Amino acid sequence: MSAPKGKSDSARAIGLEVSLAIAEAVKLAEAEVVAAYPITPQTHIVEHLSELVANGELTAEYVPVESEQSAMSACIGAAAAGARTFTSTSSQGLLLMAEMLYIASILRLPIVMAMVNRAISGPINIWNDHSDAMSVRDCGWIQVFAETGQEAVDLTIMSFRIAEDPGVLLPLIVNLDGFTLSHFIEPVILPEAAEVRRFLPPYETAHKLDIQNPLSLGALGGPEIYTEARRALDLALTGAKPRIQRVFDDFAKVFGRQYKLVETYRTEGAETILVTMGSISETAMTAVDEMREAGQKVGLVRLRLWRPFPVEEFRAAVAGAKNLAVIDRAMILGFPEGPVATEIRALLYHEKNRPHMTNFILGLGGRDVPRSHFKHIVERVRELGASGRQGRYELVGVLE
Amino acid sequence: MKSAEVQFEKVTAKTFPKGPDSLAPGHRACQGCGEVLALRLMVKALGLDFMAVSATGCMEVCTSPFPQSAWRMPWIHVAFENAAAVAGGVDAGNVIRRRKGKMPDRRIPVVAFAGDGGTADIGLQALSGALERYHENLVYVCLDNEAYMNTGIQRSSATPFGASTTTSPAGKVSKGQNTWKKNMPAIAAAHNIPYVATASPAYHLDMMNKIRRAAAIPGPAYLHVYAPCPTGWRMKSELAVESARLAVKSRVFPLYEVIDGRYILNQKVDEPVPLGDYLKPQGRFRHLSEQDIALISERVNREYEHLAKLAETFSEPSF
Ligand SMILES: Cc1ncc(C[n+]2csc(CCOP(=O)(O)OP(=O)(O)O)c2C)c(N)n1
Ligand code: SF4
Ligand SMILES: [Mg+2]
Repeated sequence: MSAPKGKSDSARAIGLEVSLAIAEAVKLAEAEVVAAYPITPQTHIVEHLSELVANGELTAEYVPVESEQSAMSACIGAAAAGARTFTSTSSQGLLLMAEMLYIASILRLPIVMAMVNRAISGPINIWNDHSDAMSVRDCGWIQVFAETGQEAVDLTIMSFRIAEDPGVLLPLIVNLDGFTLSHFIEPVILPEAAEVRRFLPPYETAHKLDIQNPLSLGALGGPEIYTEARRALDLALTGAKPRIQRVFDDFAKVFGRQYKLVETYRTEGAETILVTMGSISETAMTAVDEMREAGQKVGLVRLRLWRPFPVEEFRAAVAGAKNLAVIDRAMILGFPEGPVATEIRALLYHEKNRPHMTNFILGLGGRDVPRSHFKHIVERVRELGASGRQGRYELVGVLE
Repeated sequence: MKSAEVQFEKVTAKTFPKGPDSLAPGHRACQGCGEVLALRLMVKALGLDFMAVSATGCMEVCTSPFPQSAWRMPWIHVAFENAAAVAGGVDAGNVIRRRKGKMPDRRIPVVAFAGDGGTADIGLQALSGALERYHENLVYVCLDNEAYMNTGIQRSSATPFGASTTTSPAGKVSKGQNTWKKNMPAIAAAHNIPYVATASPAYHLDMMNKIRRAAAIPGPAYLHVYAPCPTGWRMKSELAVESARLAVKSRVFPLYEVIDGRYILNQKVDEPVPLGDYLKPQGRFRHLSEQDIALISERVNREYEHLAKLAETFSEPSF
């Protein structure tokens, strides 16, 4: 939401498919091991990476594993060996690696993964929503959502810095919307290699398999230690928050693009606030502009950081709003609200002046999300707010 | 009874099955697709009296976009990596229902179809488990188009040496795929199952009889079927059958059976056609030099000789 400015202004933006731009960012980050398995819509990222390796443009081991379970297992192995490690997946592939995700985080291995968000089967569907990301909400990884191609590139580069920060040492997922972001050609500034190297020095760590200094990774944790181990992981994840912002700030100093954990758009004096994640925020902002022009007091809050949840930043961003329309791109089957709304409602429970809040679920399995949806949502949340009615989620754009 | 003695009705030019295909026309495979051709001929040979399981892949996607289905018999798709396990489950369900008298008392073949990726890579564990558990009515068919075509031509472990794919691209420091094709039929045969065979849509009667035999023999069977893919191999769409034939004649894809451990070479290729005749029409091999081709040729011949020796040595059933 902040325009590119500052030192790198001279760098020219080029039109690039976002997937390829992410692969270029991985190259700039000088990832040393890429272990991945193809799945739509992630494929263009890993195909471009194989090409970069085949052409000698990226000096890395590309491990063409035979499944996602092996992809994440190999990433764990590579990161444990002390290499800078990258992978990418979507949907079914993510589900197949799920077991390993939980292990990567407790082992505190700074793997970076681009998750190109796609609906989960079934019915089988290759298009975009957030049901894959939400299914691994609790895996202990840092998780961010990109809105634009530039942001996806910048977050990829920053991700390695964040993950490898000795005060963090956690794996990190960069979420980006399948097709609607991953396959679009956007103007992207690829940072200078030398500047990236300065911002992100080569990965060196003592936390690795090392003959000189043998560590045992993956030890058994019985009832006498398991709780403490889980608490330690939670503290590490929660404690990463200020460090993430610090990396964002350092990035701004070098590259001129400033990112925040939670972004706000025209929220000054807003009575109704939309809460979004990912690329639909672009459409939502346009809708907000149109509603503002029509004199409506509407704003937008976008979560860039999803895990650890930016509790204080979010509370501050929505303070003063009368109505919150929280948008989910996934359902919690058997529960009255979607995953994002559930969490936000829990966070606001203790507030003295809670806003009215309604959960809107839309854009499942690639269903189009036009601007008119947001206008409908704003109208609806006002109506429900005024009547004091509190219901279950509302589906927007559903066929009856 | 020895598996070789199990009787089944042979498909010949005269007895070629008529009537509606179990795979309806109107599917969405690419023009000239050799994989859907092989699939259609095999299910034609089986008729309507079987159940099918598909792994995610080209054949699943092109036959089942809701609300349509090209399958005229019972069919299920679950995921990519587990066709063999799902088929084993379907068979277990059929077996118990038959034992309890809830189903007619006759064998229903359960045929799993998966691509080379769904077989040799992500599905290998499930396949090995299902073969080892010896599901009575399981037939597993690998449709081998030598890459992950459904997701855009990425390499698999069945991609041949030297082929350029989107994840094994030929480039300045790469000749394309830098490993040798995994020998899946040998892996299946190592499970000591009663029937393993290779088949090709260029030899369609042979292929149709092989799947009939596979379905007739009690115990699990594995068929490895060559499935030329014009799109992924970057060749003209009319070349699917021709390339399948050249693959056999150049010794790249020998046709053979392993029945109770006995090896039978179905097509002896004493004078192979030059390997280049097979490779050159395919864009995926375009970057290879004569030297590269000579290297591949040497390996192809060695593998063929090895197989010929197996057929000589194991000319009697071994279990
Ligand atoms: C767990 C999982 N990983 C990845 C995918 C994506 N995917 C679907 S089909 C396919 C490739 C299929 O290749 P193959 O089995 O050779 O069949 P083909 O399409 O070539 O016939 C892939 C990678 C998936 N559906 N599920
Ligand atoms: S990509 Fe290849 S295997 Fe898939 S439908 Fe097209 S021709 Fe057939
Ligand atoms: Mg294939």
